[in-house]
Amino acid sequence: MSTVATKRGAIGVETLHMTMRFGGFTALDDCSIKITPGSFHALLGENGAGKSTLVKCMMGFYHATSGEILVDRREARITDPRAAHALGLGMVYQHFTLVPSLTVAENLVISREDAPRIIDWRAERADLQAFMDRMPFQVPLDQSVRALAAGEKQKLEILKQLYLGRRFLILDEPTSVLTPDEADEVLSHVRGLCQDGVISVLMITHKFREVTAYADQVSVLRRGKLVGGGRVAELDHTDMAALMMSDATLARPAPRSGMRGAPVLELDGITARDRTGLKDIRIDRLCVHAGEIVGVAGISGNGQMELMEILTGQRPYRSGEIRVKGAPYTARRDDAQRHNIRFLPEEPLHNACAPRMSVSDNIAFRSFDRHGGFWLSSRDMRARASDLVQQFKVKTTSIDVPISALSGGNVQRTVLARELSGEVDLLIISNPCFGLDFSAVSEIRSRIMQARNAGAAVLILSEDLDEIMELTDRVLVMSGGALTYNAATAEADIATIGYHMGGHA
Amino acid sequence: METDLGYWIIPLAIIGGAIRVSTPFLFVSLGEALTERSGRINLGLEGTLVFGAMSGYALAHLTGSPWLGVLAAALSGTLFGLVHGVICSLPKVNDIAVGIAMMILGMGLAFYFGKPFVQPVAPDLPAISFGWWSEIPQVRAALEVNVLFLIGAALAVLLWWMLRATRVGLTLRVVGDSTDAARAMGLQPAVIRTCATAVGGAFAGVGGAYLSLYYPGSWNEGISSGQGLMAVALVIFARWNPLACLGAALLFGGAGALGPVLQSVGVSEGYYLFFAAPYVLTLGVLIATSSPTQAMTGAPGELSITK
Repeated sequence: MSTVATKRGAIGVETLHMTMRFGGFTALDDCSIKITPGSFHALLGENGAGKSTLVKCMMGFYHATSGEILVDRREARITDPRAAHALGLGMVYQHFTLVPSLTVAENLVISREDAPRIIDWRAERADLQAFMDRMPFQVPLDQSVRALAAGEKQKLEILKQLYLGRRFLILDEPTSVLTPDEADEVLSHVRGLCQDGVISVLMITHKFREVTAYADQVSVLRRGKLVGGGRVAELDHTDMAALMMSDATLARPAPRSGMRGAPVLELDGITARDRTGLKDIRIDRLCVHAGEIVGVAGISGNGQMELMEILTGQRPYRSGEIRVKGAPYTARRDDAQRHNIRFLPEEPLHNACAPRMSVSDNIAFRSFDRHGGFWLSSRDMRARASDLVQQFKVKTTSIDVPISALSGGNVQRTVLARELSGEVDLLIISNPCFGLDFSAVSEIRSRIMQARNAGAAVLILSEDLDEIMELTDRVLVMSGGALTYNAATAEADIATIGYHMGGHA
Repeated sequence: METDLGYWIIPLAIIGGAIRVSTPFLFVSLGEALTERSGRINLGLEGTLVFGAMSGYALAHLTGSPWLGVLAAALSGTLFGLVHGVICSLPKVNDIAVGIAMMILGMGLAFYFGKPFVQPVAPDLPAISFGWWSEIPQVRAALEVNVLFLIGAALAVLLWWMLRATRVGLTLRVVGDSTDAARAMGLQPAVIRTCATAVGGAFAGVGGAYLSLYYPGSWNEGISSGQGLMAVALVIFARWNPLACLGAALLFGGAGALGPVLQSVGVSEGYYLFFAAPYVLTLGVLIATSSPTQAMTGAPGELSITK
């Protein structure tokens, strides 16, 4: 097959004193990292520590201000991603770069630089099948990518790189969208490929467990500097955390207090169509009491988004009943105000904000029409906004900038400030900490815990199992559009939850 | 020989009408399908169609060859598509707004340059008679198929195959479905979209040439009754599939023939309501196949109307 590079096998990559400046800001400071052929190297660091900058320099997206890169022990000049590809370097991005409407086979063939003008599908299929058979894991060729589960997509991304003849792979948080089971499967395959000398891997991650279980080398970045690393066997989680965080103190989640109260949110026999229109969402019973946090775990695409949309009134349901404090709930604005229901949907910039309106306007969305008559009081709105911005430590140049100019963590804080101010009886949250760094995460989690302790009923839908285990009093698992597992968090174990998340039950 | 066909004339005339009326719809919707598959929408095809009708008619009249007219229409369509494509490649430009401007520009230019050609007569495009086996004149008339329709039908099949089994086709689908994926592959989405829009414009121009050179077969300012705009709806109706575009164009043409046919068999009351049949049909089908809760299948992911 013409696509596979003539030379095969893992190659090593080494950066020497690499520095990258953006104006006055030094994103990467004299960073020297060596990835030996056939090793599985983990790159740890908080958001903004320079991990992406480093790999983007390796892949030719950025040109380092100074420093060199050695590929296969030879100095290389990587001017653009194409040059990196020619040297055998490949990258699997955090977001999938597969084309959803194309089939697996079409995605693979079109990703080749030498894709034939006219595609002889019979011959290509035979080639692809032979390629798949050689690989330790497979993905069905005729499936359209849209229909693949996240784990399969991630496997396909890796297979695509191998199909393209890459010998050094950068994986950017490859397991962020996978179940624990899927993550284990994908990573053990990757490690197998490294051990067989097929590829060397540099994996960006912030999950210590994956580093200890799969990587053999680790490097830790903090504020653009390489602050430590070495053989994984010689480091434990505390060492790595200490390297990553240095002396920064984290807000610990507030301790649990208070008693479980009366039921606040009850769902009975809810059925609705899912996003694709092909499957059903079926919630037989879901009940959240005052003063407790209920977590819904699950892999994305198992109906959590639809459940959230049903609760926020964005998606109609066919049958069933939703009650809040015993009264039927219609997801109208006045309903939400009467019962003090607050939402923190995922991707708050898109689902809970008007991106081009100012921070202060966005903060006013819950309250602007509650007092007074026809005219808005912009003075009150601004006073309230600057107060909340200060209270919730939102970093913004001014409360008049459009909210889309804020970073993800600060948008999240702003929405949280809006939703948590005043009385809260029911808080419905989806993936509150996705893509945020450590300090933002612990801050947001402790706010959620405070709300619970103050007597709010909290429902969290999250793909991050650690988050669920840390925050919740009760854990449910959503799989295939239904709730398949229900246990007190203190008594639940990860293996059983993972088993249900995978839909095996 | 006179034969009374009775009500049999209705299906016959509908088939004939479908073939005759559908050709411009077919060409414009194929062009639009191609453009939209690349992730851009060109609403200016109505203007391109009218300009194509004018330039085709003018050149056919001046040279005496209808095929040179078709070529001129295709070239002018390409030019319109290129302009649209290049303007839309600029940052912060909305393709729908540009499309509407291009539509009005195309019509205006066509009326301006077309004034001298309203009177003269240009040669018609040839048609092939598939009704030779029949003695009945109505059957013969219905099966009089223009060459352009056959070319259009062949193009539909060709496009369908191209999107499935050629590098160009797959590249086009990649660009239309995910700009990110296309960039990661080292493709230049703007260039590919501009090319697709240019080719789409050529198709629409040819559709216009059919109007002025065959049916109705003359150039005047009222030559198009919104075929260019309806074809855009047909593409959505056909779910961006070229083969389905052929079917949709035929269905639409057939429905369009209903009014005149009923009139000819002597239904004197309310037949003009049936002139609205194609529009009612399109609305009905779009409503029946739409859903507020579910994403449209087959829609290119980068299309501004489906994003």
